[in-house]
Amino acid sequence: MLIMFAWGAQLYYAAQQPPRNAMEIFVTGKQWMWKIQYPNGGSEINELHVPMNQPVKLTMASEDVIHSFSIPAFRVRHDVVPGHYNSLWFTPSKPGRYRLFCTEYCGMLHSGMVGWVNVMEEREYAEWMSGGGTGGSLAQQGETMFAQYGCSTCHLNDQQGRCPVLRGLYNKPVQLADGRTVLADDAYLRESILEPNAKIASGFEPDIMPNFKGQISEQNVIQLIAYIKSLAPSQPASQQGSQQAPVVIAPRAQANNRAGAARQR
Amino acid sequence: MATIARELPEVEAEPVDYLNVEHGWKSWLFTTDHKRIAFLYLISITLMFFVGGAMAVLFRINLLEPEGIFSPEVYNRLFSMHGIVMVFFFLVPSIPATLANFLIPIMIGAKDLAFPRINLLSWYIYVVGAIFTLYAVIRGGVDTGWTFYAPYSSTFSNSYVLAAAVGVFISGFSSILTGLNFIVTVHKMRAPGMTWSRLPLFVWSNYATGLIQVLGTPVIAITLLLLAFERVARVGIFDPDIGGDPILFQHLFWFYSHPAVYIMILPGMGVISEIMACFSQKRVFGYNFVAFSSMAIAVLSFVVWGHHMFITGESLYLGVAFSFLTFMVAVPSAIKVFNWTATMYKGSVSFDTPMLYALGFIGLFTIGGLTGLHLATLGTDVAAHGTYFVVAHFHYVMVGGMVMAFLGGLHFWWPKITGRMYPEAWSKFASLIIFIGFNLTFFPQFILGYLGMPRRYQSYPPEFQALNVLSTAGASILGLGYVIPMVYLTWSMFKGPKAGKNPWNATGLEWQIQSPPTTFNFDETPVVKEEAYNYGPLEEVVG
Repeated sequence: MLIMFAWGAQLYYAAQQPPRNAMEIFVTGKQWMWKIQYPNGGSEINELHVPMNQPVKLTMASEDVIHSFSIPAFRVRHDVVPGHYNSLWFTPSKPGRYRLFCTEYCGMLHSGMVGWVNVMEEREYAEWMSGGGTGGSLAQQGETMFAQYGCSTCHLNDQQGRCPVLRGLYNKPVQLADGRTVLADDAYLRESILEPNAKIASGFEPDIMPNFKGQISEQNVIQLIAYIKSLAPSQPASQQGSQQAPVVIAPRAQANNRAGAARQR
Repeated sequence: MATIARELPEVEAEPVDYLNVEHGWKSWLFTTDHKRIAFLYLISITLMFFVGGAMAVLFRINLLEPEGIFSPEVYNRLFSMHGIVMVFFFLVPSIPATLANFLIPIMIGAKDLAFPRINLLSWYIYVVGAIFTLYAVIRGGVDTGWTFYAPYSSTFSNSYVLAAAVGVFISGFSSILTGLNFIVTVHKMRAPGMTWSRLPLFVWSNYATGLIQVLGTPVIAITLLLLAFERVARVGIFDPDIGGDPILFQHLFWFYSHPAVYIMILPGMGVISEIMACFSQKRVFGYNFVAFSSMAIAVLSFVVWGHHMFITGESLYLGVAFSFLTFMVAVPSAIKVFNWTATMYKGSVSFDTPMLYALGFIGLFTIGGLTGLHLATLGTDVAAHGTYFVVAHFHYVMVGGMVMAFLGGLHFWWPKITGRMYPEAWSKFASLIIFIGFNLTFFPQFILGYLGMPRRYQSYPPEFQALNVLSTAGASILGLGYVIPMVYLTWSMFKGPKAGKNPWNATGLEWQIQSPPTTFNFDETPVVKEEAYNYGPLEEVVG
């Protein structure tokens, strides 16, 4: 029994430590489908394409109720809880098509919230990826929105505006006004877009940026975060970072829906 | 044998007993006799059992075809109501409210429970709760699953969540009152000489159950109240869109609902201890260990709830701690299984119907328990969570364990409760049918779960069809198996041969009074001078 416990705990630990070189793909669950967004800006519904022998990390969000993302053949599963980012990772080792299920009861068509994972050879995958979208990479889509939502009027890239500079912010510690320090990870960025007043960076006033909760979809938040991540520090610049991203327009329709909604039964 | 100070006189012709002492519906609905209340409960929970069972048969029929036969809406409501009815209105009250209600006062030499009126009140509360829930069923049902997970239940579902939640909320009080009554009774009303170490193990296990009921049930009541607040008043508690956290709901829900699993199984374990001793004609092996393992299970049951949440994003350290604590619960459970088995060793074993159920319990509970270890293991839980593996696991414990124990106990004490014997051939036949039907229903589900079929799916990939058809076939056999005892037990109540005081040659105070007992059980308070299960050396019994 102790062996079972220790072995199981070790697997669980490993499942929570994605390798650094993992490719990041974003998944949004909503009643009753899976929306997949790739770093290159492409997106699909209920179809996930991944290359062989490449660790893949899925960052997952839910628009409504609790879902659970499960690929039985890979023995991976994680709940997708609204209000949180959840993640899981795997390294596909054999090409093929594998079933993908929602395994947390989510309402009427729960059993229709299914799809396929397509594992492709590396070369094939590169071709497939390049055949892709017209809307630019995920970060470029985020940049467009960053301007459209008016974020860029306050969050200036190279000098201090009314709001914190975002360049080089990602994965750096942020000093908060109440003295705490938090890591600027996906969850922090998401919260600061949706509820900027929850954690105000030290040196900035609250209530400058409006709340975007309910105004912006999870998919758009993912694009914005991808953009913020792409802002590598260009100069040894100033910033102790922190951020709040004003955003104010209706969520844009998805640029390209390749491969389409191949819904399995 | 435990001795009564004065043997009751053998009474001639039609002796007065609790059943024939008064007649008319008033004498039943206003009774404070624990035995009559137990009978009222028996009728109510049997009714609910068949309501829940009918739903199970219907949704198993749906799963004959990969695309499903009913609409997803209907299917979702069927499985949700099946869970709610079976868990809250059958499994939780099953043994405590019927057998234990009937037997605890007799086993400890008391005239009634400590609070007879509260006992009756608890039945009325149960009935009101059940009516709310049945109302929800008739109006169209609930589609949240028995777990009522927020924010689906609080914001998104447009089914009759409130009516069902109110029903469960109300019935919780009936459970609390029953538990309270048992605790006080066992503390205060034991006959002279009935020390704690002489208590029958059935009393021990129901005492442990009472503790969980009193401490745990208020938490589910609070949880459902918060859920109702959020659903009606949009107070943000669980829904992240209005400032809540859905994970909080799961913590609160499982803080009750995991201990509730032990509310369901502990009384069954008590029944098995009694049956094993009687049909082996031997003292239960390691009495103290079995008694204290009940208490250990009750205590540990409160610190394992997080194992339902390994994949919700709970922290690594919490996951490891909950996994470890869950493994700890396996220890007292295994102690019981080993001790029951050891009880049979060198005993004079006979295979009457109650014993058949008890042996079924031990086998099936062991399978249910061991597969629980796979789910307690963090790495394998990730793969099995939310699949039919989990469904099969808890049905092995709840149906294979608890329902088997309930039927075993019912057959064991039926002669005491009604004063009549049931047809032995029929009852053996039925127990066999139930055993076969059960395994055919649920064993394929382990395989389905291993292959990855998610639970609560109205439709499924075609490669899973063969196993699903097997499971549905098993369910229909199992359904039939449950109808047979219902028929012959009812028949035997009126036409069965008289049972006499002690048809099984068992020890224990309940077997020394007449069958059925009189309203106050004992004419004079008995004095206990011997240990429980004092079956004496084997030669005596056989010879």
